[in-house]
Amino acid sequence: MDMKRDYYEDIQLLDSKVLWFWFIMLIASLVTLPFLLPNYHIYMVNYMAINVIVTVGLNILVGYTGQISLGHAGFFAIGAYGTVLLMTNLHFPFLLALICGGLIAAFFGFILGLPALRLEGPYLAIATLGFGMAITQVIGRWQVFGGRMGLEVPDLSLGPFVIDTDRQLYFVVVTIAFLLILAARNLMKTRVGRAFIAIRDSDIAAETMGVNLTLYKTLAFAVSAFYAGVAGGLFAFLLGFINPSTFNFILSIYFLAFVIVGGLGSIFGSIMGGVVMTWLMLTLDKVQELPYIGAVLVSFSDSWMNVAGLPNISSVIFGLIIILLVVFEPLGLYGFWIRTKIYWKTWPF
Amino acid sequence: MTNNNLFSVDQLTIRFGGLTAVDRVSFRVEPGSIFSIIGPNGAGKTTIFNCISGLYKPDSGSIIFKGEDIVGQKPHRIARKGIARTFQNIELFSRMTTMENLMLGRHIHMKTNVWTGATFFRRGSKAAQEEIKHRERVEEIIDLLDLQSARNQFVGGLPYGTQKLIELGRALALEPELLLLDEPSAGMNSEEKQDLIFWIKDIQDELGLTILLIEHDMKMVMDISDLILVINFGKQITEGKPEGIQKHPEVLKAYLGEDEVIA
Repeated sequence: MDMKRDYYEDIQLLDSKVLWFWFIMLIASLVTLPFLLPNYHIYMVNYMAINVIVTVGLNILVGYTGQISLGHAGFFAIGAYGTVLLMTNLHFPFLLALICGGLIAAFFGFILGLPALRLEGPYLAIATLGFGMAITQVIGRWQVFGGRMGLEVPDLSLGPFVIDTDRQLYFVVVTIAFLLILAARNLMKTRVGRAFIAIRDSDIAAETMGVNLTLYKTLAFAVSAFYAGVAGGLFAFLLGFINPSTFNFILSIYFLAFVIVGGLGSIFGSIMGGVVMTWLMLTLDKVQELPYIGAVLVSFSDSWMNVAGLPNISSVIFGLIIILLVVFEPLGLYGFWIRTKIYWKTWPF
Repeated sequence: MTNNNLFSVDQLTIRFGGLTAVDRVSFRVEPGSIFSIIGPNGAGKTTIFNCISGLYKPDSGSIIFKGEDIVGQKPHRIARKGIARTFQNIELFSRMTTMENLMLGRHIHMKTNVWTGATFFRRGSKAAQEEIKHRERVEEIIDLLDLQSARNQFVGGLPYGTQKLIELGRALALEPELLLLDEPSAGMNSEEKQDLIFWIKDIQDELGLTILLIEHDMKMVMDISDLILVINFGKQITEGKPEGIQKHPEVLKAYLGEDEVIA
């Protein structure tokens, strides 16, 4: 028998003093972090937090509800353009514009969710892929969206605070990421999240138990798109300038890779996936600068793997890491985490 | 038709291509009784269940539940009216715990939506209060079916017999008026079957449920059924009390083959 004394503990975030301690430590370190890091690293952490938001949202759809999406760059773009345009054209305050951007993305998620009711697996993958690509095409051709030239992102202010450095943006991005992660975790512990998971494990049983498949499948799309939309809105301010090619379909595939590398059906896994993969993405670009190995790798890539005449060794290594991770740990980084935890619990036996 | 008519099926027919899987089947179930459907493999028993729970849409005929024709309604609507079922091949949510599986059975009785679900941060929050309330209700079912040891385990790894019981528990958590059990004893050993018979009777007595049962274990069927419907090749052969069914010539023919062949 376990030691649970009441049912609230089943769903409580922090059910022991130890967890409370670590939770407070986490908040404290998140608050002090930007004062310890150099500027470029703060930019990287912001990038990570944004990717974590998308990954958590996409995991709700892919990992928890069992539906696939290769079009999340589309929702990301809708959130980014929505937020920026609402601020420049309609003079919405930042937070309101961000939420509305997310809601517009959610609305498109709902629309895309409707055909998804009849599509599964590879068919759904292609339908969502088409959606993601269509969005960038539409944005690229429409003057309201700045066309191929893109849009200048307006100045950012929150009430009396003007946010113009990465360090200031850090507090906005990380706070929002933090809240959205908690929200996702809560959602998965209660009625709606259970219905999502039930649909993944057995949609027939779920619907005969009273779960409205139409409602919950489209809802999963909408919630997931909302996360991607909010992340897109934040991303616009990280870059300061957005154009359609930022949101190409490779980005959608990266998002899916974050989810799978982090671990399907795990919020904590998604956090790890977003953080680690963003770090890899940004760091591998500099692989050529490594002493000795860098030069060798580049010449190897130039003579054997070069198709377009561009140095592509970083993509090759990135792909290799994904393959190895998935082969050796199908549960992703979350699987590593679980095994490490068990190891330390039983150490030294 | 009498007024206390809870559930009846009239002239139910469904075809798959050229095959008439269920052919003009009619029956009526008295409230609080156990009604069994038996027949050889492929007779159309599970197809009838799938029509009742809305997974299949019959070609003709009606299914009346509490005075309303439920043919053509979506499965989740039918569940909300008070019909729950189990499956022949277990359809549990394998990567959820027993508790969570049963909590899903409470889905239609709960109200938490995306917003209230995502934003509970205190014990007093609406979503948290609702969770607590329904977990207490689920605990009663766990106690009733003796599932305490499986409570917080993922159901995918549990023994077959336990999984069958959890499915029964999940159906009970919905608090149905009509319970459809599709071969609940399949894959159980004789001891587990004895327990199951006990539980089904217990459920009928304590909760006053009406039970529709598909079962291959004749001893169990004869033991607990009030009425038995026999079907073969989608057609109903006969209907009656257990004693009569056992000796019915048509039933013997369906199960054992033609007389001439044997003689």
